[in-house]
Amino acid sequence: MARKVLVLGEVRDGSLRNVSFEAVAAGKTASEGGEVVGVLIGDSVSALANEMIHYGADRVVTVEDEKLKQYTPDGYSQALMAVIDSERPEGLIFGHTALGKDLAPKIAAKLESGLISDVTSLEEAGGNLVFTRPIYSGKAFEKKIVTDGLLFATIRPNNIAPLEKDESRTGDVASVAAEIKDLRTIIKEVVRKASEGVDLSEAKVIIAGGRGVKSEEGFEPLKELASLLNGAVGASRGACDADYCDYSLQIGQTGKVVTPDLYIACGISGAIQHLAGMSNSKVIVAINKDPEANIFKVADYGIVGDLFEVVPLLTEEFKKLKVNA
Amino acid sequence: MNIYVLMKRTFDTEEKITISGGKINEDGAEFIINPYDEYAIEEAIQVRDAHGGEVTVVSVGTEEAEKQLRTALAMGADKAALINTEDDLEDGDQFTTAKILSEYLKDKDADLIIAGNVAIDGGSGQVGPRVAEILGISYVTTITKLDINGSSATVVRDVEGDSEVIETSLPLLVTAQQGLNEPRYPSLPGIMKAKKKPLDELELDDLDLDEDDVEAKTKTIEIYLPPKKEAGKVLEGELEDQVKELVKLLHTEAKVV
Repeated sequence: MARKVLVLGEVRDGSLRNVSFEAVAAGKTASEGGEVVGVLIGDSVSALANEMIHYGADRVVTVEDEKLKQYTPDGYSQALMAVIDSERPEGLIFGHTALGKDLAPKIAAKLESGLISDVTSLEEAGGNLVFTRPIYSGKAFEKKIVTDGLLFATIRPNNIAPLEKDESRTGDVASVAAEIKDLRTIIKEVVRKASEGVDLSEAKVIIAGGRGVKSEEGFEPLKELASLLNGAVGASRGACDADYCDYSLQIGQTGKVVTPDLYIACGISGAIQHLAGMSNSKVIVAINKDPEANIFKVADYGIVGDLFEVVPLLTEEFKKLKVNA
Repeated sequence: MNIYVLMKRTFDTEEKITISGGKINEDGAEFIINPYDEYAIEEAIQVRDAHGGEVTVVSVGTEEAEKQLRTALAMGADKAALINTEDDLEDGDQFTTAKILSEYLKDKDADLIIAGNVAIDGGSGQVGPRVAEILGISYVTTITKLDINGSSATVVRDVEGDSEVIETSLPLLVTAQQGLNEPRYPSLPGIMKAKKKPLDELELDDLDLDEDDVEAKTKTIEIYLPPKKEAGKVLEGELEDQVKELVKLLHTEAKVV
């Protein structure tokens, strides 16, 4: 059934996040030959509209207002509801990001609709659009369908491939007026903790440390390797509980669930609760002194050794690879 | 201050998941309070201790959730309510749960509602914001700090590692992120007292709801386990050579760098 699908683009530091292009691709599948309409919300976002079209959106609708400079649930829902009222879509796709997780349930409640969160793939099967999503933090998966009303999903970054960029694609860009008022939450300050390096949920490469890292300073060689590979640093609960790093880095059933292309686990024993957060990574490397460590059971490649010896060697070797490339 | 906590009973994080008859096998599994809801309960108790009032912990589920509600009472919550849907509902989704909770909460005049930001089983993180929207109150998700001053609140929100300092006012719903606090263990006297604290049990009927009012909008058609990962290659030889081989394998075999 061809349908009109709205895809919310997400802007950070003046550019579109990767997940926005992945969401366009998901929107394309969900539209089943219908129309994919990109939606951009912010204080000044129309310059980014064409990029959404290059990645597959048929056209883009923008809502611009000074009060939309920062995300707030009230401001963004007012903007989005104005677009929904004028477009009357049959489908909605957001990224399963901090913004998408916060906003999508509010919109779903307003529309009294279902919402399938954290989708890792979707496909047409047997006359239904079937959404696959991890449950129990990836220890299992479920396939879901919408049985009533709007087709609404948030997609996990890094799982659905974006369509190929085509800069010759063109489409209409129009603005929708919305009255943005009575914001009940006001952001007074943003403290950037994650400014160094790539965001964990979108990183293609993650270098994670566990108790074996031994101290806050122990994360330094991991950070160096991460920055060389343009990746992010993560941690096990053990490392967070021991105060070696901030809880925002925690990967596991409590903490973040990640699916990078390459996950290098350094000094992580591999408790079930940690494995739940990373075992669906494409390639896993384990570095651990203990050859019996559980982490080797899920690793594609393992090195039995001291991470403080192995990681710097690894960094040197990757540097050589980069020079030769 | 009238404080409510939304709580879910979940599998223990250390449990292995198996499937039988197309469903998650619950036989012999340990169940716990959803870890994020533990932060919510702890925060509610701390807010009550600082500002006075009462903490009610509410859960939608089956009578088995009574055990986790008693644990919450033993931690220090004052009252609990179990909305038992066992006889009325086959399958619900987040629309269902949010609607039931909102119906329960709508005439409670809650000043503050605290939930976990996500349940570690279903993992959707929808119910908190949905409830706030249905009740018409504002919300802040994934919070790591909460300061209440009269009818206003200053909240720190974790946004993918960044922290937003947000000002808002009560009534308010917040969802707890790790780092918000250190949940206490129930004390022995706490456990004894919990046995006598009120635990209300309600059904959909008591909320004037029909099954049709809360019928799920989505349906699970299949549950499966991810393909079991084969243990990979543990490299051998001198450490320098292992590292060289690893980089080569990642580059040429796995093609991830």
